Amino acid sequence: MSGLNKDMDKITTESIEINLLVEALNQKYGYDFSHYAEASFKRRIHHFLSKTGGGRVSELIPRLLYDIDFFKSFILTLSIPVTEMFRDPFVYRMLREKVVPYLKTYPFIKIWHAGCASGEEVYSLAILLKEEGLYDRAIIYATDFNDDTLERAKNGIYPIDRIKEYTVNYQRAGGRKSLSTFYYSKYDSVIMNKELKKNIVFASHNLAADSAFGEMHLILCRNVMIYFDKVLQNRVLRLFHESLAARGFLCLGTKESLKFSAIEHHFESIGDAEKIYQRE
Amino acid sequence: MGDTRIIEAVVIGASAGGFGALPQVLAALPANFPAPVIIAQHMHPHSHDGFLTDTLDSKCLLQVKEAEEKEVLKAGIIYLAPANYHLLIEKDKTLSLSTEDKVNYSRPSIDVLFESAAEVFGRRMVGVILTGGNSDGAAGLKKVKAVGGLTLVQDPEGAEAATMPRAAIENCHVDRVLPLADLGKALVENVDCG
Repeated sequence: MSGLNKDMDKITTESIEINLLVEALNQKYGYDFSHYAEASFKRRIHHFLSKTGGGRVSELIPRLLYDIDFFKSFILTLSIPVTEMFRDPFVYRMLREKVVPYLKTYPFIKIWHAGCASGEEVYSLAILLKEEGLYDRAIIYATDFNDDTLERAKNGIYPIDRIKEYTVNYQRAGGRKSLSTFYYSKYDSVIMNKELKKNIVFASHNLAADSAFGEMHLILCRNVMIYFDKVLQNRVLRLFHESLAARGFLCLGTKESLKFSAIEHHFESIGDAEKIYQRE
Repeated sequence: MGDTRIIEAVVIGASAGGFGALPQVLAALPANFPAPVIIAQHMHPHSHDGFLTDTLDSKCLLQVKEAEEKEVLKAGIIYLAPANYHLLIEKDKTLSLSTEDKVNYSRPSIDVLFESAAEVFGRRMVGVILTGGNSDGAAGLKKVKAVGGLTLVQDPEGAEAATMPRAAIENCHVDRVLPLADLGKALVENVDCG
């Protein structure tokens, strides 16, 4: 076999190894990654391999099956907790201007933040609701499939060196106070105020397997579905459609959309760039 | 140039100086260019996405657009990675985006794009590294070379920033190092336009 063919053959063989790994995780732990977009999934696996001493993908399988801590750290590597407070400030501005007035008409507001990762955007939303006088009659369900990331979200402790960037985002998002009103600093961290956490329920939920949450007025799921294939994307979107109250809002990542999805015709676009939709 | 083969994709990586270099390369591609062109150009994370797309679109015969999530690649279209996202190519020749950590301090990262492209297209692709001030793309181009893809690099002499093309050349035995003005022509010659 020539050198070139060997390289291509390795790529094909590795796809087999990944399929076996996915099957093993599904059978053993009930985590189904079979509908994850493959290219980035593969990158994450390689990242984990290089962190844990290298070798072949298939060599991970016995360790994942027999060592629960190894499995947990694998899951942590897979989930992509890259987020920031008030990520895409213009989206938060539109939530404030177009969605909040609508929410104000309800006596009680239910919000689902699906795939909340380490929680930066959940606190951003909580701050927005506080400033708009809606927080006390709202409940935010913040969910993620990864218990360790969820724990980080619950703690609400973030590195201080990012706060400058977050403050700029907050101001661009139409923030009315100073972001520092909502946290206190300790050593090289900032800790989000307790009062922001009061109405947030952190819960484990797997979009690939679990069922709908009822009667939400707003669902946010940003930059989560880009890691899924079309099949899983459509499953998740149907789940959101089922979980929304009539005229409820859906907010996706700015590069995600309902275009060509199975539920597109049930929604009206409120902001084309912001990717905010309203259910019929 | 003898080595005409079926090329299914052209991937291009550029950093500092790319805004000047890209139009020169892309404007040379004819309207019947038979492959998609996928580009990772380093940008400030908050830069306005439309600017580079619009500029290039006005200067090229081919349509230039921002890459969209799960979009199917089409011949004769130039796709640009959006600012602050990695761009990857899936086995079914669709595009996907990712907000994973920066690679080589960059998002989009050229390595990420090139490595995923190499896995999908193998020898049926061309990888091009243009001007830039860091070494992103060197590992990606090496992988393109390893699977038999054609590797082209802008001549560091005369590049607005020489570090990136130089790093690519040092990291693997690239097929050709060419001045900017000749890169577009090389693409046309190596990709059969029928």
